[in-house]
Amino acid sequence: MNQDAFGLIFTGEANPYMRDLVLSRAVAAVPFGGRYRIIDFVLSNLVNSGIRNVGLITQKNYHSLMDHLGTGKEWDLNRKRDGLFMLPPFSTKDNTGVYRGDIDAFHSVMQYIRRSNQKYLVLCGSHTVFNTTFDAILKQHRESGADITIMYNEDPRYTPEEQNRDLVMLFEEDGKTIRELEWNPRRPGSNYRSCEITVIDKDLFEDLVEDAYSRGCIDFVREVLLPKVRELKYMGWRYDGYVARIDSINTYFMHSMELLDAKAAKDLYNMQHPIYTKVKDEIGTKYGETAVVRNTVMADGCLIDGTVEDSIVFRGVTVERGASVKNSILMQGVTVRAGASLDHVILDKNVTVNAGHTLTGYEGIPLVFRKNLTV
Amino acid sequence: MKKKIVAMLLAGGQGSRLGILTSGMAKPAVPFGGKYRIIDFPLSNCVNSDIDTVGVLTQYRPLALNSYLGTGQHWDLDRSNGGVFVLPPYMTEHDGRWYSGTANAIWQNRAFVDQYDPDYVLILSGDHIYKMDYMKMLRFHAAHEAAATIAVLKVPMEEAHRFGIMNTDEAGTIVSFEEKPKVPKSNNASMGIYIFNWKLLREFMERDDADPESDNDFGKNIIPAMLNAGEKMVAYPFEGYWKDVGTIQSLWESNMDLLGDNPVLDLNDPSWRIYTRNPVMPPHYTDRMADVQNSIVTEGCVVRGAVHDSVLFCGAKIEEAADVALSVVFPNAEIGPSCTVSKAIVGENAVIGAGSKLGVPPKEGETVDNKLTGDIVLIGNDVVVPAGTVIPRGAVVTQETLEHYINGGANA
Repeated sequence: MNQDAFGLIFTGEANPYMRDLVLSRAVAAVPFGGRYRIIDFVLSNLVNSGIRNVGLITQKNYHSLMDHLGTGKEWDLNRKRDGLFMLPPFSTKDNTGVYRGDIDAFHSVMQYIRRSNQKYLVLCGSHTVFNTTFDAILKQHRESGADITIMYNEDPRYTPEEQNRDLVMLFEEDGKTIRELEWNPRRPGSNYRSCEITVIDKDLFEDLVEDAYSRGCIDFVREVLLPKVRELKYMGWRYDGYVARIDSINTYFMHSMELLDAKAAKDLYNMQHPIYTKVKDEIGTKYGETAVVRNTVMADGCLIDGTVEDSIVFRGVTVERGASVKNSILMQGVTVRAGASLDHVILDKNVTVNAGHTLTGYEGIPLVFRKNLTV
Repeated sequence: MKKKIVAMLLAGGQGSRLGILTSGMAKPAVPFGGKYRIIDFPLSNCVNSDIDTVGVLTQYRPLALNSYLGTGQHWDLDRSNGGVFVLPPYMTEHDGRWYSGTANAIWQNRAFVDQYDPDYVLILSGDHIYKMDYMKMLRFHAAHEAAATIAVLKVPMEEAHRFGIMNTDEAGTIVSFEEKPKVPKSNNASMGIYIFNWKLLREFMERDDADPESDNDFGKNIIPAMLNAGEKMVAYPFEGYWKDVGTIQSLWESNMDLLGDNPVLDLNDPSWRIYTRNPVMPPHYTDRMADVQNSIVTEGCVVRGAVHDSVLFCGAKIEEAADVALSVVFPNAEIGPSCTVSKAIVGENAVIGAGSKLGVPPKEGETVDNKLTGDIVLIGNDVVVPAGTVIPRGAVVTQETLEHYINGGANA
């Protein structure tokens, strides 16, 4: 199924709104959902769609992505025919080794794109999290005769001050053909927002990229997708499941907490379409004699002797006796010592909170502690 | 390519003492400790001891084991040179036969071992839970210039009659061996872990194979024959946790040994990880009404009820107002709303209907066949127990015996 398609994931975009979480990693490598990285979702979606050729364009800070993905074996992408291709920037005669934008990156990896012998390209961003297959969007694309098909959902939530990749679409009366696209609009003309998935014929993509590159363009959405909307046939493919757009610390925190809600968890953790991730060989989580855990999503390898409520807890976290954790996100390897108390806090990997400290953020303004910090 | 040492894992039998848990799978594929299968322990010990070539000998329903091991990638045993191999009995142009004994299983697969031209072969069994560095044992073997080394564990004297006992001199050389002696002379119990010099073992196996009277067994034949021949055999003393999980009681106990602040068996050891085929499941979810203490909970679980002193395997579901204590709930089993479950092992994919009670004292005059289980309730894999069923202590529930307990045993 879908052997006529390949995937290309662009992880190069910087996002200052993610602040401390992206100091040492790309947004795609930000931990999400208790045991995953953001990238795991789109990569698993591709694999669960039967797509066996995936290119991953990285920019700065890609060490943590490389470390996470390895040879791609957890995604069954360590293949002899096709598989996972890491595409970090490199210097050539017309490239300095740092991509100025996605067009620059697509141009640089054109050899990989040309060599891919699939007809359709599924172009993916790395800020949007959902769990589905691309079977239906590819089918629609093949049958509709569209040049470009964009996956979207209806999302009325809008935070213009933090949304820096908001692609809104307006439809013709048939509800499928896109009439107009809006980029970061002050007053969006609809609530139909792109899920950062664009299906496009490979040949057309090559032409568009090379043409744009020769004209010195930098941004594919702004300088290619937007202007071409009157020239080419664009269609939308609507997705009604749960979609998390992770554009800032606040949306990260909000969407993480939504996983405590049955609907979001059911959609994202849908076991029909498993989400693959790097395996850590942790033991099962141990609840001690004094553990109190309520309304919490928790991964393996944790040792819990304190109180944890309304929180997301990643692998290998220790919460000691008498410690209290509420409304918080504790990433892999965090230690909360006896008597410490946390509320509305995000602790990045391997943060230690020593005994007796109280750390409190506010609703909508979580406190963030960066990787490896000891409080 | 030559290897210094090759491991041969006797995954063998049906494990009849584990009863219905092994219908459909060999004993080593029985779940353990929330995430593992029994065979993960010897395999991980091999990998952590830098042994990268492992033959797994089995003749009982190899499918479960075969598909579990796959290419060995989960144990880092997907090697171009070496790796893990399942070795079932096979036919040749002349004949073919089942493995008639532990030694015969190795003898039939001598060609497999010969490929690697090893100096030593490590014989392991697939139903023990322990962490052990086999390289230390190999260094001990080499330092003693022994023909064979047998790992031994000091057991309480009063239990020694249940084991193979190695009687040694002061230097640790084995002077005699007794299988389950009525009056044990020492308490050095054989752990079923042997290192042999391959060439020598090959000779003894060849002789043993030619003897039609032999049971072709390491304990009964090969080791006594080597002793009689005056070969130097030494006992390697092991200290630490080791448990034969061949019975329902010991399987349950061994799971319980993982619990507590200072567990008897601590698997939380980054330097000696136990590897396993990790299920691809989301993190577990504990809801507002849940109450979980002194338990192990793994990925994919959903807990809405009370869980105490228990081990929940991946994908287990405990519904609201259910109360689970002192129990082991295997992968993807579901405990329905308002059930009480006390001291039970609930099989894979089993479903316990709402309001059922497992592990209650037997009614007056009720007799329970509990030879295999003692006071532990055992629910078979895939058994669906209807709502409101009452199951007494020690009962073994399969699809066939279930009828007996439905409607409070009215059909009995």
